[in-house]
Amino acid sequence: MRTVLDVRDVTKVYGHGDTGVRALDGVSLEVARGEYLAVMGPSGSGKSTLMNILGCLDLPTTGTYLLDGVDVGSLSDEQLTLARNRLIGFVFQAFNLIPRTSAVANVELPLAYSGMKAAERRRRAMFSLDLVGLADRAEHEPDQLSGGQQQRVAVARALVTEPAVLLADEPTGNLDSHAGEEVLSVFDDLNAAGHTIVIITHEDEVGARADRLVKLFDGRVISDSRQEPAGRHAASGALK
Amino acid sequence: MNLTEIARFALRGIGANKLRSTLTMLGILIGVAAVTLLVAVGNGSARTVAARIEALGADTLTVMSTRHGAGGLTMKVAEALDDPAVAPGVRSVSPVVSTPATLTHEGAEHRIASFVGTTPSWFAASNFPVESGAAFTADDEAQARRVVVIGQTVAEELFSGADPVGRQVTAGGALFTVTGVLREKSSSGAQGSNDIAVAPISAVRQVLAGYGPLSSILVETAGPSTVGAVQSEISTILDRRLEPGAYRVQNAAQLLETQTESAGAFTTVLGAVAAISLLVGGIGITNIMLVTVTERTREIGIRKALGAPRRVILTQFLIEATLLSVIGGGLGVAAAVLGSRFPIVGVQPVIVPSSVALALGVSVLIGLFFGGLPAARAARLRPIDALRYE
Repeated sequence: MRTVLDVRDVTKVYGHGDTGVRALDGVSLEVARGEYLAVMGPSGSGKSTLMNILGCLDLPTTGTYLLDGVDVGSLSDEQLTLARNRLIGFVFQAFNLIPRTSAVANVELPLAYSGMKAAERRRRAMFSLDLVGLADRAEHEPDQLSGGQQQRVAVARALVTEPAVLLADEPTGNLDSHAGEEVLSVFDDLNAAGHTIVIITHEDEVGARADRLVKLFDGRVISDSRQEPAGRHAASGALK
Repeated sequence: MNLTEIARFALRGIGANKLRSTLTMLGILIGVAAVTLLVAVGNGSARTVAARIEALGADTLTVMSTRHGAGGLTMKVAEALDDPAVAPGVRSVSPVVSTPATLTHEGAEHRIASFVGTTPSWFAASNFPVESGAAFTADDEAQARRVVVIGQTVAEELFSGADPVGRQVTAGGALFTVTGVLREKSSSGAQGSNDIAVAPISAVRQVLAGYGPLSSILVETAGPSTVGAVQSEISTILDRRLEPGAYRVQNAAQLLETQTESAGAFTTVLGAVAAISLLVGGIGITNIMLVTVTERTREIGIRKALGAPRRVILTQFLIEATLLSVIGGGLGVAAAVLGSRFPIVGVQPVIVPSSVALALGVSVLIGLFFGGLPAARAARLRPIDALRYE
C-alpha cells in the first residue's frame, strides 16, 4: 500500500521559551491509501493541531511531514495553497460553508480556484452532491439546509477535487445523533469506494467505525491499533 | 483562475448582502451628488449674476449723489458732462429722476417703485428697448408732453392683455398717454425691472418729482473698452462742479468684477460644505468596508483552506469595493445631472465637469483604499487564524 500521509517525529510549540506550549511532542504517523483512521484524545491532547498540520493549514515546529511524497516544510505559501486545493479535502466541525451561496456553488468553489471551466465544474459538483444524496438540494443556500445536510454539502465539497485524503475535524460535533449518523454513513461509503479518510473525534462510537484508531495524549501517540470496525451501516460497500 | 470568474465571485458577494451594499452605494451617491450639484448651483448663480450685469450694459457709467438735498446733481451738471472737448468718449448723457408713483387706468390701480423721468437717450443707454409702440422723442421732452413708456409688468397689471398703446393712465393727478411698452428684461430679484414707467424728465418733474436734484445720471460710453477712460474724463468735469466726495461713479464692469468675486466665494463655500458631506460619506464607506471584511474574515479563512490564492481573494474584495464605489458614484453623477435640470432656490445649476471628476475620483479612491486595505490584511492571515476568527 502506498503511503499518503507520513508524519515523522513532528513537534509543534505555540509561543516561545518558558511560556511555550508543546501541543505536539514527537508524533510519528503513517497513513496508507484507502485507510480509515480515527484520531482520538481528550481536549488539549493535540488533535486539532495535528489536523491543522496534516491539512497544511499550519507548519510543524520541528520534524517532517510528507504529503503524498512531498515534503510540506519545503513548500512556499503559494505551493501550500495549491497542495490544500489539490490533495486535501476538509470537513470542519462548524461546516464552514460560504453563507448566502447555493450548495452547488459551495461545492464548485475548490474547482473554481483550481481554474476549471464552469460547465465541467458544475458537472463534477453535481456528481459529488449526488454522492452524498443531496443532488435535489443543489440550489438551496446553507441556511435552508439542516445541520446534517450542510455537513454533507461540506463533504461533497471536500470530495469534489478527488483529494488524496479527506480530513474531518469533529465532523459530528455540531450534529444530533441522527444527523451525525447520516454524515458518518457517507464516510463509510466513501471509504468503501477507496477514499482515504482521517477523522478526528472524541466520541467513542465515531472512533469505533474506523479500521485504525490512534490515541493522543499530551501531544504524544499513546496507542495505535488496527480494529474491527463496528457500527457501520448496512449499505456499506454499495458504492464499490 | 481568470478575472471574469473572480468578478462573478465579487458580484455574488455584493448580492449576498443587498441592504448593506445598497446603503454603501447610497452613501457615495449622496456625497458625489451633493458635491456636483452644490458646485453646479454656485456656478449657476455666478453665471446668472454675470448675465444680469451684462444686461445692464457693460458700457455705461452711473453717476450718483452721495448726499441728499442741496449740492446734488442738477440738470446743469448733466449738460456739462456732454462735452466732446473734455469727454470725447461720452456717447450720451441721460439725467434720471426716479420716484414712486401710483398709476391708475379705468379703476385698475398699480403702484410702482420707480417712475423714471429721463431723456430719449436713456432707452439705448440702459439697454432697455421699446417692444411695441414708440419711445418718446426729444421734442416730447422739450415740450414736457405727458407721454409714458411702461414696462411689461405694468402693462399686465393695468391693461391685462389689451394693447396699452394710445391709452391714458393717471399718475400724480395728471393724465399720461402710453406711447409704448418696453421689452421684457430678465428679472433681478423680487423687485422686477419690468415694473417700471418711463416718461420725459420735464413732465415728471412738473407732475411728480419736483425740481430737486437728479436721482442719477446715466452716461453711455462708446464701448466697454473705453469705460475706464470715460470715467476719469467725467470725474474731471464733476470735480469742477461738485464738492469732492459728493458723488460717486458706478461702473458696470467693476460691478461685474465684484459680483463675480463674491459668486466665486459663494461657490467655494458651497463646495466646501459638499466636500464635507463627501468626506462623511467616505467615512461611512470606510466603516462599512471594514465591517464587511472583518465579518467575512472567516469566509476568507474558508476560501484559503479550499485553496484560494491570496491574489484571488484580494482581487475579489477590490472588485467588490470598486464596483460599490463606481456604481454609487455613477448614480450620484446621474442624480446630479438630473437635479441640475431644475432650478434650485431660483438658480439654474450649471455642472462643472471638474467637480464631477473630483467627486468621482475621491469616492472611488476611498472605496479602493479602505476596501482594499482590510482585504489585504485579511488575505495575509494564515487560514487557521482566519478560520478561528469570530
